[in-house]
Formats: sequence, C-alpha cells, structure tokens
Amino acid sequence: MPYIPHTPDDVAEMLAVIGAQRIEDLFEEIPSVLKTASLSQVPPALSEMEIGRLMAERAACDGRPLSFLGAGAYEHHIPAPVWAIATRGEFYSAYTPYQAEASQGTLQLIYEYQSMMCALTAMEVSNASLYDGASALAESCLMAVRANRATNSRRVLVPRSVNPTYLQVAQAIAGNQNIRFETVEFDRERGNTLVDALRRYDGSDVTALVVQQPNFFGVLEDVDELADWARANKALLIGVVNPTSLGILKPPGQWGRLVDGKHGADIVCGEGQPLGVPLSSGGPYFGFMTTRMQYVRQMPGRIVGRTLDTEGRPGFTLTLQAREQHIRRAKANSNICTNQGLTVTAATIYMSLLGAQGLARVADMSAARTQDLVAALTAIPGVRQTFSGQRFHEAVLTLDRPVAPVLAALAERGIFGGVDLSERFPELGHAMLVCATETKTEADIGGYASALGELLRLPLTARGAA
Amino acid sequence: MALHRSQEPVVFELSRPGRTAPSQFPQAASPPAVPPHWRRKDAPLLPAVSELQAVRHFTRLSQLNFSIDTHFYPLGSCTMKYNPKACNSLAMLPELLGRHPLAPESHSQGFLACMFELQEMLKGITGMQGVSLTPMAGAQGEFAGVAMIRSYHRARGDLARNEVIVPEAAHGTNPATATMCGCNVKEIPCDANGDVDIGALRDAVGPKTAGIMLTNPSTLGVFERKIDEVARIVHDAGGLLYYDGANLNAILGKVRPGDMGFDVIHMNLHKTFSTPHGGGGPGSGAVGVAERLLPFLPIPIVGRDGERYRWLAERDLPQTIGRLSGFMGNAGVNLRAYIYMRMLGREGMTRVAEFATLNANYLLKRLLAAGFDAAYPTRRASHEFIITLKRQHRDYQITAMDVAKRLLDYGFHAPTTYFPLLVPECLLIEPTETEAKEDLDRFCDAMIAILQEMTNEPEKLTSAPLTMPVRRLDDVRAAKQLDLVWKRADTA
Repeated sequence: MPYIPHTPDDVAEMLAVIGAQRIEDLFEEIPSVLKTASLSQVPPALSEMEIGRLMAERAACDGRPLSFLGAGAYEHHIPAPVWAIATRGEFYSAYTPYQAEASQGTLQLIYEYQSMMCALTAMEVSNASLYDGASALAESCLMAVRANRATNSRRVLVPRSVNPTYLQVAQAIAGNQNIRFETVEFDRERGNTLVDALRRYDGSDVTALVVQQPNFFGVLEDVDELADWARANKALLIGVVNPTSLGILKPPGQWGRLVDGKHGADIVCGEGQPLGVPLSSGGPYFGFMTTRMQYVRQMPGRIVGRTLDTEGRPGFTLTLQAREQHIRRAKANSNICTNQGLTVTAATIYMSLLGAQGLARVADMSAARTQDLVAALTAIPGVRQTFSGQRFHEAVLTLDRPVAPVLAALAERGIFGGVDLSERFPELGHAMLVCATETKTEADIGGYASALGELLRLPLTARGAA
Repeated sequence: MALHRSQEPVVFELSRPGRTAPSQFPQAASPPAVPPHWRRKDAPLLPAVSELQAVRHFTRLSQLNFSIDTHFYPLGSCTMKYNPKACNSLAMLPELLGRHPLAPESHSQGFLACMFELQEMLKGITGMQGVSLTPMAGAQGEFAGVAMIRSYHRARGDLARNEVIVPEAAHGTNPATATMCGCNVKEIPCDANGDVDIGALRDAVGPKTAGIMLTNPSTLGVFERKIDEVARIVHDAGGLLYYDGANLNAILGKVRPGDMGFDVIHMNLHKTFSTPHGGGGPGSGAVGVAERLLPFLPIPIVGRDGERYRWLAERDLPQTIGRLSGFMGNAGVNLRAYIYMRMLGREGMTRVAEFATLNANYLLKRLLAAGFDAAYPTRRASHEFIITLKRQHRDYQITAMDVAKRLLDYGFHAPTTYFPLLVPECLLIEPTETEAKEDLDRFCDAMIAILQEMTNEPEKLTSAPLTMPVRRLDDVRAAKQLDLVWKRADTA
C-alpha cells in the first residue's frame, strides 16, 4: 500500500488492542446514509515510474520557450545551493516552529530573513512573510487603517501605474472591511504618477497612498515627491517594491525629505519571488512586509525574535503572538496562519549567496539588458517606446498593429515576446510590456528582434495570417 | 536522533567585507543603465560570505530542526504525514519550474491539464460541483468561502445576513476570517460529548445568520454526529454551511462534505494531500462549492473547451468574489498535490482515512491503558484525539507544556498543546497513516516513561527540554525586549 507501512499482522494486533473487528468499525459514528459510495472521479493509482512518465510528457508539452515576460514574476538565475538546501527534509517537511527548542533552524533563518529584508528596504521591522506580493498589498492597506489614527476615511489612493492585479486583489480582500480604493491617473508621456495628479486630494482625509517602485510599466516613480505629499497630507505611505531593484535603487525607508528626523515609507511590501524563487506558474512565491517599529503591533503574520534560554544562551522564538488569530481570534490583525516559509528559506539563502554586491550586479545587468532589448526592438519600423520616464528592467512598447496576433506568432517560434496590455490599458493602444533580466544574452535579444522584425515586415492587412 | 547543541552564529557574523560567491552573479554592466539620481547611497547590509560558508551555515541550521523526515511529528490538526519525494522532484521538472504564470494558453496545455484534473478529483472527493485552486493557504480558503457566502446573500438582496456562527472549539482562523469578511462572530458551545450544542445553535440562528463554519471531525477529534440536524437548522434559517477541511484526512473516501450538507469547503492540500509544510508554508487552500455558489468562485479557474484547456476569469464568472493572488495561487503546491493523488489513486484515498483512524485509535487505547485520560472517553477517535493532563496537573503540578517539552528529549515532536482552548492541559495527537506500529509503540513507551518521571523525577519535566540546541526560551523577554533584526553592533 503506497506510503502505508502496516502489515496484515500489525492491523490484526492493533484492532485487537482497540477491541474492534474490522477497520470499518472505526467509522461507526458516521451515519451510514452519508457514507461515500464510490470515488469515480479519481483514477486508479500510478506507480512512481508511471507518474514520472506522465509528468515528463506534460512538462515537455509546455516546452522551454525564450521568455521576455515579467509583469510581476521575473526569471533570474537561481544558484544551485538555494533549492538543494531548501528541499532538505529538515526544512521541507517541518512546520511552523511552535516548539521553538526543536525548530531553532527555521527560527534563526527567519530572524536572518527579517534582518535582510529590513536592510534591503531600510525599514525597522519585518514579518516572517505573507502569501504573495498582491495579497501583501491587501494586508498593507488593512494595516494602514489600523495604524493611521490621524484619519478615519478608510480611503486608499492607488495610482493606475500600480500593478492592476494587485489592486484587484486588494479590493477582493480588503474591500469587505469597507476600505475605499480610489485610483489616480498616470502621466501619459512619462509613464509615472505625478504629484499634480494628487492635488485634488490636498488637505482631504486620506488613509494611505500606495506607490509602486518601479511601477507596473517598469518606470521609476518620483518617490521623494510622492512621499513628501503623503507626509504633508497625513496619509501613510505604502511602498510596493521589487526586491531585486533595491540592490541599486534608493530604499523606501529613505524616500522623501527628512522632517523631524523621519522620512520614508511607513509600510513596505512586495513580491519576494525574484529572490531565488522559480517562476513555477505563479507560485508558491512569498509576500514580504516591513514597517517602522512604532507599527510593529499592527503587523499581520508571524514575527521571530531573539531571546535567552534558561541558561542564558541566545535562542529564537515566535513573538508578539497576541496579534495573531490563534490568540486573538475574531480580533486578530489578520486570519493568516500558514505563510510561505519554504520560499522564504530559499530567499534567505539566495540573498546570502549574492550579498549586496551580487544583488546590485543582477539589478544593473537586468536594467542594461532591458535597455538593449528596447534599443533592438524600437529599431524595428512599427515599434516605439511608449513612455519616456527612467525605467528599471521592464518597458512598455507600442506596435503599429494589434498585439495579440503578433505575440501568438512569436510564441509559435518559441518566443514569449511580452504581456499584452491592450485590454487593461486600452488608452495606450497596441501596447505590450517587455522584460529582460540578467538571464538574457545578446543573442537572445537579437533573436527576438529579428523574429519581431520579420513579423512586422508583413503588411498590416496580412496580420491575420501572421 | 538528538540535534547538535553547538550554536550556529547568525549569518552576518560570518561576513567579511569583500568576500563573495562570484560565480553566482554577472559581471558589472557598464555604464549603469540607471543613473545616480535614483540609486541608493549605501549598500544594504546583506551577508558577504563564500558559497561554502553559506552552504554549511544553512545546512547546519537545518540540522537544528525536527521534521517529518527525521522525527515522528504527531502535531494535532496539522496532518504531518510523509511527503513523497516524487511529488517534489516531478513538480520541479525544469519546464514546470520555468513556466511563467502569464505564458500563453497555447503553450500551457500540459500544466493546465494537471490543474483541471486536480479540480475534477477534488470535486469528486468532496462531493462539490466546482473547485478553485487559487487560495494560497487554509486561512485564505476560509476567506474565499465566507466571502462567497456573503456574495450569495447579497446577490439575493438578503443584505442583513452578516453573522457567522462558529463553535468555540474552532480554529482561531475561523473567527478571524469572519472578521476579515466584515462579519460578526457568534460563538456557540459544544456539549459534554463533543457534539455541537443543538439548543445553542437553535438560539443562535436567525435572519442575520450568514452561515456556520464547522470542522468535521471537529477539532475535538470526534465526528460531529448531529451533522444532519445542524445542516437542517442552519439551512432552515436561511444560512449556508462552511466546511473547514482541516480534518479532511479523517474521512477521505468515507464520507463527503457535499453529502453532509455543506455548501462550501476549503481543503488544506498541505495536510490531506501531503504537500510539504515547509517550516510554515506554503500551503494551498483550494475551495469547493455546491451548485448555488458556483458563480462566486475566486478566479482564475481552469476550464475546458473540447480538448483545449483555458483560464476562466472575470468574463466567465462576472459574479466572482475576485482574485486572491497575483496569478493563480500556489501552483507548485497544487502540482505536488496532483502528483500525490495520482499516485494514491482511488483505493489509496480511502486507505488514508482508514489507516489514519486506525493509528489514532490504537495510540489512544494504548495511552489510556498506560494511565492517561481521554478528553472524550466515550467517543471513537477520528484521525486524532485529545489527552487531557488535568489530573496529572492537579496531582503533580505538571503541565501539558512540560510533557510536550520532555517529549522532545525522547526524540518526538510534541503534539499540539493548549488547543482546543476549552480542554484544560490538553495534547491534541495526530499520528497520521504513514507511521508504522513500532513508531507508535515507541511514542507510547516515551509517554509511559514520562508518566513515571512525574512521580520520580519531576524536575526532568519542569526543566525540559534538556537535550535540545537550547533550553526553554524566555518568551516574556522576547516580547518585551524586542530583538527582531540583527544589527552590526551585535558582533561586539
């Protein structure tokens, strides 16, 4: 029996101890009318060899195309030690470190992770993770409502240059608690959010302003001006950041002018996937969250602290648990229980292997590759850059024809050319979002450019055939 | 069995300026594409270590953990069963690992087929009409479930229904979830035999009832026998029934939540379908619904048109409660669950419940014979059971915490302690079906030895653990003198 070690003798001895005739007798408290007749929707069992063959076929069916997709999930080199260690049984098959003395490995690792995330974002405290970047934004908005005692509007401003899926997720999760999300237009020429667009909220009651850096279009926001606006209007600033970019970009803890010795974002969150977590069809990733010490009791999720044992030796334990569901129940900061421990394990190993220098190199190389990609693609007649703002490692390009058939034709050649934006942002016309990271070579970029060039040389009217 | 007791330095303490693992990152791009105006002035304080130092450090950290692969881990309500290695290695095939979530459907048919078939299998096992795989853990599945119940009532113009009934024995996530969905929580008691107090339930329901959240078998380790009556009372009052799948392992293939009258269910794929717990996640909290909640399922879902699989989104489900994740949830976890289910197959599903229940009842009987007390002595155990140390606490001033910590010294992960909150000094013990009889016997032997220590050497319990990397930790100090982040001065 797969994964069940019992011999017939074991079963007989155990039933004798229990005082039952058959295993079925152990289910006597279930009303017999309710008992399941058959499980026809589950096929018969496969051996490991058979499922191995099936999965290999399924995997081969999807292939390994050359991808220029980003939009919230990024392909980076993952050092071999990262998952070799993360999938060790001692990490992989342990659970939440409730028994601290038998979980010091996981606990110390989370403490190290918290330290690294605070260093990257220049914030004071971090939690042990949330589910992903989008749900981390939802939790950040809920947290801002708890933390910002200067306002009671429950109004959160979200620029349209923020990843639109993040806004959808925030609405689905936080909308049930009467939080009002209001969108702010971006500058059509530069592709970022100007303080001018916020002027109509000057002096009004705003709970929080969300700023994504780099924004969904890959463009860098004027974070200092936006931070100053939030401070002047008593709104908390929620920064949504790409952790790779923080290898080189000004960290959110330093955004804006110093006023009374304080500056920067109040809550920082984002998608942790770029830190050593594979694309894996969208998950498991992890959401990170850091904040100021003054708001630590408003944070959702697990937090690990260092303390001493009865012999005075340092050790690690879950702390500030009075915020959490298993203690506070209906009054908890969040319902989150299980988080994304294993991907955090991978990210902590990744950051340790890269260090500050390595992360900066990855960030710089990704930005450089995207610059090369934009140069190569905009050299093709019919392709232009949509925005003029400074970018990081993504860019929006406008084509002279509908994007979808072009992307479909590229896919047939083994190239995923970008993410079609024309449904989400119809005002941008035939727009797509492209991304290159350090994983792309000059040859990759050249290959994409020549394929796209060939496709666009076909007359517009023939695009259906493309 | 014992863990090493030498302390491992914090990784930052291994750092030396200028040390790197240079094969892991590219050479500098010159000139930088991002100009100085945007750049950070100081490098972040990340470790600067060699590849070997990192490998050794994190390997040594791993060796400070108990885990299923190394120890019996009878953590009640968490279903710590063996995670087959093939589930991991096959989910990590390069094509699956490298697949971008926004890859076109034309080049995703292999992945989508797995997800579609997983949805179908979960529907069959739970007796539900639709499944969405997007919730990323049990608590998010609960959120999706209660949000769908709210949307259902609202869509019918039934706007007053904002109360969620929760038995007092429920997981803390149940009331916390109701709050997140903007509902008020009404807790009701259980009777002396562990069933829902039907009188209290009758008093609690009314025109404001949105629904009830139930775990069955309950968190008390017994099957809720009056489930039929509970369903009738709640449905008659206009409310819906939510099934918390935390204990689905106990009834897999035996009885289906859909047949018990539940309208919506979440499953913890990291429990019942053996995806790894990963030191605290990732989980996956797939939700299943009965007919009337189909329009409200969270998106995206995998649909099939003829032979082609495709994503169903807003256009297909305009009344959806929306998106709960940036893409489609913990897809890699779902893949592992898919592989596990295919390997177990139809017969294997039923065996899970049978042998999990056999193990639990055997362990219970042996512990009772050894002198321990069951919290519900007249009841059959489900896949888990509760021992209460109330008597030992009275006679020897020994707590459940002491016993839990002492078990670590004997090489066993502790059961869940102090949950459910209503049973004093309790241990919630869940052996799972993958443990051999000898391991259960060894656990019993340890419990018997501990019982003897209560009279002979009580200090071994009150000062336990004695053999772990650290002794008992000062939680009060941890919360009062917050040390949450390593700082450079800490090396001094």
